[in-house]
Amino acid sequence: MTIKSNMLTAAALTFATVAAISSPVLAMEEVNLYSARQPFLINPLLDAFTAKTGIKVNVVYLKKGMLERLKSEGLNSPADLILTADIGALQNHVDAGVLQQTSSNILNRNIPAQYRDAKGRWYGLTTRARVIFADKKRVKAGEVTTYEDLTKPYMKGRICIRSGKHMYNISLLASVIAAKGVASAEAWAKGVKANLARRPKGNDRAQVKGVYQGECDVAIGNTYYMGKMATNEKSPEQKNWAKSVRIIFPNQNGRGTHVNISGAGVTKSAKHKANALKLIEFLSDDEAQKIYAERNFEYPVKVGVPLHPLVASWGTFKADKVHLDKVGSERTEASKIMDRVRFND
Amino acid sequence: MTTTTLSSAPVHPNVRNRFAWFNFWTMGALAIGGVVILPIVTVIYMAFTPGDDIWAHLLSTVMPNYVTTTLTLMVGVGLGTMIIGVGTAWLVSMCRFPGKTVFVWALLLPLAMPAYVIAYVYTDILEYSGPLQVLLREAFGWTTRRDYWFPEIRSTGGAITMMTMVLYPYVYILSRAAFLEQSVGVLEASRMLGRGPWQSFFSVALPLARPAIVVGISLVLMETLNDFGTVDFFAVSTITLGIYDVWLNMNNVAGAAQLAVVVLVFVMLLIFAERFARRKQKFHNAGGTYKVLPGYKLSGWRRNLAVVVCALPVSFGFVLPGFVLVMNSVTYFDAALSAEFYRYALNSVMLSSLAAVLAIIIGVFLAYAVRLRGERFLKVLVRFCSLGYAIPGAVLAVGVLVSLGGFDNALDGFMRQTFGLSTGLLFSGTIAAVTFGYLVRFLALSFGAIEASLEKVTPNMDGAARSLGHGPWQTLMRVHMPLIRTSILTAAILVFVDCMKELPLTVILRPFDFHTLATFVHQYASDEQFGEASLAALAIVGFGIIPVISLSYAMTRSRPGLTRHGGNVQKAAQ
Repeated sequence: MTIKSNMLTAAALTFATVAAISSPVLAMEEVNLYSARQPFLINPLLDAFTAKTGIKVNVVYLKKGMLERLKSEGLNSPADLILTADIGALQNHVDAGVLQQTSSNILNRNIPAQYRDAKGRWYGLTTRARVIFADKKRVKAGEVTTYEDLTKPYMKGRICIRSGKHMYNISLLASVIAAKGVASAEAWAKGVKANLARRPKGNDRAQVKGVYQGECDVAIGNTYYMGKMATNEKSPEQKNWAKSVRIIFPNQNGRGTHVNISGAGVTKSAKHKANALKLIEFLSDDEAQKIYAERNFEYPVKVGVPLHPLVASWGTFKADKVHLDKVGSERTEASKIMDRVRFND
Repeated sequence: MTTTTLSSAPVHPNVRNRFAWFNFWTMGALAIGGVVILPIVTVIYMAFTPGDDIWAHLLSTVMPNYVTTTLTLMVGVGLGTMIIGVGTAWLVSMCRFPGKTVFVWALLLPLAMPAYVIAYVYTDILEYSGPLQVLLREAFGWTTRRDYWFPEIRSTGGAITMMTMVLYPYVYILSRAAFLEQSVGVLEASRMLGRGPWQSFFSVALPLARPAIVVGISLVLMETLNDFGTVDFFAVSTITLGIYDVWLNMNNVAGAAQLAVVVLVFVMLLIFAERFARRKQKFHNAGGTYKVLPGYKLSGWRRNLAVVVCALPVSFGFVLPGFVLVMNSVTYFDAALSAEFYRYALNSVMLSSLAAVLAIIIGVFLAYAVRLRGERFLKVLVRFCSLGYAIPGAVLAVGVLVSLGGFDNALDGFMRQTFGLSTGLLFSGTIAAVTFGYLVRFLALSFGAIEASLEKVTPNMDGAARSLGHGPWQTLMRVHMPLIRTSILTAAILVFVDCMKELPLTVILRPFDFHTLATFVHQYASDEQFGEASLAALAIVGFGIIPVISLSYAMTRSRPGLTRHGGNVQKAAQ
């Protein structure tokens, strides 16, 4: 008796669940997005897009497995476009053949050629520089001006950095390979490893915190984290971390500072291709670019969009001009170098 | 009602051999097993797809470190959870000491705490800039890191500690169920024959509970093996981190699948070795003497020690991190509590309940089919089905993606060709896909617990029920189900709680605009805003606690001796 009624309950539960969770899709203009970028940043942009165009955006937020999902769904995939936080991811999607060629005058006008694919398979939307955060007192002016300085003997035990296997560090190392070849890049990685104050761990903010706490003198991190820490009202202690360091844009007299992009691409399976392009165009235009700059302290790709005042206060810098395609294609080698020099051990 | 024969009573050997597999139970088990096994087979298949050869590179660089770190972690967590789990289970099942009635359920609470959450919490407390070290520096006048030694939380040792603290309940819950299901008669016999309490524990109770303990520890080890959140946060280079690295940084899915398969083989060897070691042992509770457990009254230092031993895991695995979460939740309440929050909570609870119910139905079916028919290939198949638990979640998710995508697209192609209409993607990117993923991943939990419990029911029970005219179905419902009720409940809770915490499968397989509490926690935590995620983390823990406590209550009540004699004995026991 009880078991039978348990089974009934189970069946009822099953139906209730399916009914409760599957929300009906409204019959309005829409576009389907797979995003590796996070909801806090993306949602305001998407809301602005919907308000302006009336096109509803359905999102799945996922990082790992996005490519595999697109591949296994094939041409039946509901996804119309993807958003990623790194050139490597865009490159992998291009290589797997899940993105289609597009052309748009608006995009070509808004985005400098260096930050988009020649065939229109991906478009960069924002850039971020990977810079050196140096302690205001313990690091003298001119002591560190290049990535290469990090390997100098006087830097021994003074550097904090996150896992060598994190995509930001893989891309940085890939840019060194692109500039100087595999052997030099390996020597560089080895040199940095030898100068670390502690085993790589934690995120970019944790490295700046390490400087603040006196564990190390310089940290390597992305620019926007500085903005997020300096204006963090919820965790005010982070303001102190930010205050303890100054930003050094490396290699200003040479190839320039490594920059990475966040970007987008239209999928081959897109059923709402026009809407997908509209969304990317919107993201590359003034209104959205301003949101990127103000909310996330990133550098807009569109020329003329004002920076966040704080970001502007760090000054202008020369970015590494290497085409990001090249950086993307060196990532596997970069990852192997990190293994060979036992960066994380 | 039915003419199927009992495996233990081969009446017509010829008929049985030829047609034995062609019956409801075997065919059903084959069908279910065949579907559940698909994603696992897919991962193995992916290992054989072409890709850059990573082995030479890995073996000459990081592989030795991956292997030693992983083994250290497994041995550490295995030993830790065994000592804490079995020890506390024995104490609360067999002894009487102050607070025992509370500890019985409180010891389960850390089960609801995700390992990655506890890792965040303890890092905040114990790191260089955390309150503890700041306090120490102020108290002793130290100024820098070099002035003193303090254990580094983000280390292999730290990871062992974190995982042991939240995983020991698996061992605790299963050993306790085993101890409760033991007939007190054998223990009394042991004591009467001159063995002391310790000797009785080691030579009688422990071997009797061994299958259950082993299931508990193997669940713990598989959890440990495929943990990503904690080891990533602590930068402890386990082989699972290696799998993700090969997959994502080297863009080599085939290589990642190869690594995962090697791990799988390793797990299979472990399971096989353990089964081989106890191949001749089969224990059934022959006697019906389920009296109230003796409850040795502890006094003096023994009593105090028992209290401390039980209080430590609860305090560090639940109370302290729970307190931190509550404080954070209060601070960030406005930021975290939105209308959507309730929706996410509802999604989590509904989906986890659904998966738990399905896992139980399938687990019982498979375990009983194996018991009933005992075909070797069925046994092998069912064991394969439990391997989903040993594959890192995101890799298994890819297995689910590829197999469901393959099915959907094949069906779509067929329908287009034959009927000229498109079915599109039926399962991919739906709740069904997520639920299926949960099932594949957590079937080991339900099947393991149910099988271990079913093993202890003597085949004579089947024989008696069948000779009295019950078919296999009735025997299952009226004889076995009541006997293994506790274990079924245990299994349901384990699956439910694990689904509540589950992350990678949910993230990768979910439909558009779908969130659970776990994905909500993750999205904040990955943006380094753990404070905002605390309320959701607390909700995961909270929703986990309710079934955990009710389980404990049901377990105490369900001891055969108690239910049979009704409320009087129960009152006497309290």
